[in-house]
Amino acid sequence: MQELHGEKAAKAKKERTPMPEQPAEERRKNFNEVALGYTKEDALAEASRCLSCKDPKCVEGCPVNVDIPGFIKLICEEDFSGAIEVIKGTNALPAVCGRVCPQETQCEALCILGKKGKPVAIGRLERFCADYERQTGVKVPEVPEPTGKKVAVVGSGPAGLTAAADLAKLGHKVTIFESLHKAGGVLSYGIPEFRLPKEIVRQEVEYIKQLGVELKPNYIIGRIKTLDELCDEFDAVFLGTGAGLPSFMGIPGENFNGVYSANEFLTRVNLMKAYDPEYDTKVRVGKHVVVVGGGNVAMDAARSALRLGADEVSIVYRRGEDEMPARREEIEHAKEEGINFRLLTNPVRILGDEKFNVTAVECIKMELGEPDKSGRRSPVPVEGSEFTIPADVVVIAIGTSPNPIIFKGSEGLEQNKRGTVVADEETGATSKCGVFAGGDVVTGAATVISAMGAGKKAARAIDEFLKEK
Amino acid sequence: MVYEILKKEEIAPTVHRMVIDAPDVAKAAKAGQFIILRIDERGERIPLTIADFEEDKGTVTVIFQEMGKTTKQLAKLSAGEFLEDFVGPLGTPADVRKLGTVILVGGGVGVAPIYPQAKAYTRAGNRVISIIGARNKDLLILEDEMKNASSELYIATDDGSKGHHGFVTDIMKQILDSGEEVARVVIIGPPIMMKVGAGVASPYDVEILVSLNSIMVDGTGMCGGCRVTVDGKTRFTCVDGPEFNARKVDFVELMNRLAMYRGEEAKAVEKYEEECRCGLH
Repeated sequence: MQELHGEKAAKAKKERTPMPEQPAEERRKNFNEVALGYTKEDALAEASRCLSCKDPKCVEGCPVNVDIPGFIKLICEEDFSGAIEVIKGTNALPAVCGRVCPQETQCEALCILGKKGKPVAIGRLERFCADYERQTGVKVPEVPEPTGKKVAVVGSGPAGLTAAADLAKLGHKVTIFESLHKAGGVLSYGIPEFRLPKEIVRQEVEYIKQLGVELKPNYIIGRIKTLDELCDEFDAVFLGTGAGLPSFMGIPGENFNGVYSANEFLTRVNLMKAYDPEYDTKVRVGKHVVVVGGGNVAMDAARSALRLGADEVSIVYRRGEDEMPARREEIEHAKEEGINFRLLTNPVRILGDEKFNVTAVECIKMELGEPDKSGRRSPVPVEGSEFTIPADVVVIAIGTSPNPIIFKGSEGLEQNKRGTVVADEETGATSKCGVFAGGDVVTGAATVISAMGAGKKAARAIDEFLKEK
Repeated sequence: MVYEILKKEEIAPTVHRMVIDAPDVAKAAKAGQFIILRIDERGERIPLTIADFEEDKGTVTVIFQEMGKTTKQLAKLSAGEFLEDFVGPLGTPADVRKLGTVILVGGGVGVAPIYPQAKAYTRAGNRVISIIGARNKDLLILEDEMKNASSELYIATDDGSKGHHGFVTDIMKQILDSGEEVARVVIIGPPIMMKVGAGVASPYDVEILVSLNSIMVDGTGMCGGCRVTVDGKTRFTCVDGPEFNARKVDFVELMNRLAMYRGEEAKAVEKYEEECRCGLH
């Protein structure tokens, strides 16, 4: 690496500006947002660290290629409206991405400053711009002349919303079909309020509606209409139906009362607001909660259980901390809040009482063996190391797969063994003419931003397809 | 989205029939399916079986009994008012085809989902023997509709106030014993009735189906709250069902799972009724 000189060297020496946060002791008792957001001063200080590289690596790390040095330069000039416009040029959901993207493995991982110190806090700056815009009023871009082409988008999660926004900006008439009563997909039912306030999701959806996109909630493709019928009615279809089918472990006792899939637990808490006594949906508040899994969903479930009022919450994960797929920040936050990490531990059986309520989880200790296909060292049980953890609520957060309901009554859509749709990585084109797919329905459970990236690529490909049609 | 209530009537004490304007659902609905509704923004999502649907009018009929807070609140709504959400049709449609003779058994509010099945089995060319029952004659619903939709109709009441004094399953057993060749029995009602009915019919050479009413949130296979053990395997009522082979269903687990929120539900009803007394609703 070249030595930095003069102004650049001075910039590189500046400390990364910390994110103001609710103290752990306080936030573990409420559902309010943990990270409070940069002040204007924080944003200016952090933006001034950017070296404005000629060949910015950070942009390559972004699945939707936001012009990062471009928007940061505008922050330095205090042109926050200009900055958000630059971001929105490629990213329709900046308030969401600034909060939930795994920046440490994407844009920030490639920041030159990260080689010797801490990278520029790109995500926090993105969030600052989006929040600034929401406070000052969102500008709706002018929509071009209608092309007369109609596109159906199935699913209103990150992939669907992004595809819909981009297609609408190109003048196509877009209708989104959503099976739940609220738009947002995983942003609404999965990610908790304390990480992504639902008001933000609502506003992002509102923005997309203002682009002329029609949203049909309570509309299940595969039940009300088949995919084939959609193909007849629309010029193209985008499937962004996500990975909504919960996996269970297949161990004895999993059907005892108090054992939830993470999907159910989080849907009850987030979408249905079971934490608010004014809402009717119920959720069991455990004294001793065990969450199985090591991803973001497991962290979300554990931290939600704590906020509901659990005395003790443990995360049980069969590998070590380094192998956990969750964002670093979520793991740190969970630890600060007092979540117990029981690593290299795997449940083998769930125990219950005569009333069918869960009472404990029997686990076995694991040790790391040889690396597996994913490159992670695979865990092996330590014989005779079984022990039990008392639990009155257990949440299984070991992953999800695509919901097969969408495929009912349709033909010609190629899927692979895991139930995901086979789609071209660059275009999202599937084996069915005029049908494109992207996000978790193609990749299996992944991140919000990768789904958005796929929605973006598919929108471009759909536009090309419609031009040729 | 809002969905208008076009008609509402109390067809038996605490049992209500509601006709909803929901053209998309009406168009796609088939016998054996259900819907999920939510009264308002703060409401819970509750599944209800489809009691009738008319594609040309764009309407879907549900029948429900006042049990928990939500059904009590629902009972207070009248024609001209709106539901916040009404989604369906959900679940795999009943496998209705020409089989010969079919016995349909409905108990309590379970008669409601039996009714579209009676129509469908009759339309498919079957001889449909229906048996409906309730605790007493006042609680018996859809008698005329069921008479029209079936080849034969039998009635049973627990107290003997109408028809056979006893259980619907007694009549079912008599028919099975009579030597009449029956291809299939469909039993829908409270879980304990389905369990008993399945037990009574099991020794006979007949297919036995039950339709389950598990606790669920989304109804599309997303939450897994409705899981039930069938033939030793975990299945989701909302997408794999709601109809299952009665001989293979773990009814004890089903009943235990249905009791999961009983305590919370009782508290919610108490709170709601207190608020009603105070004139808040």
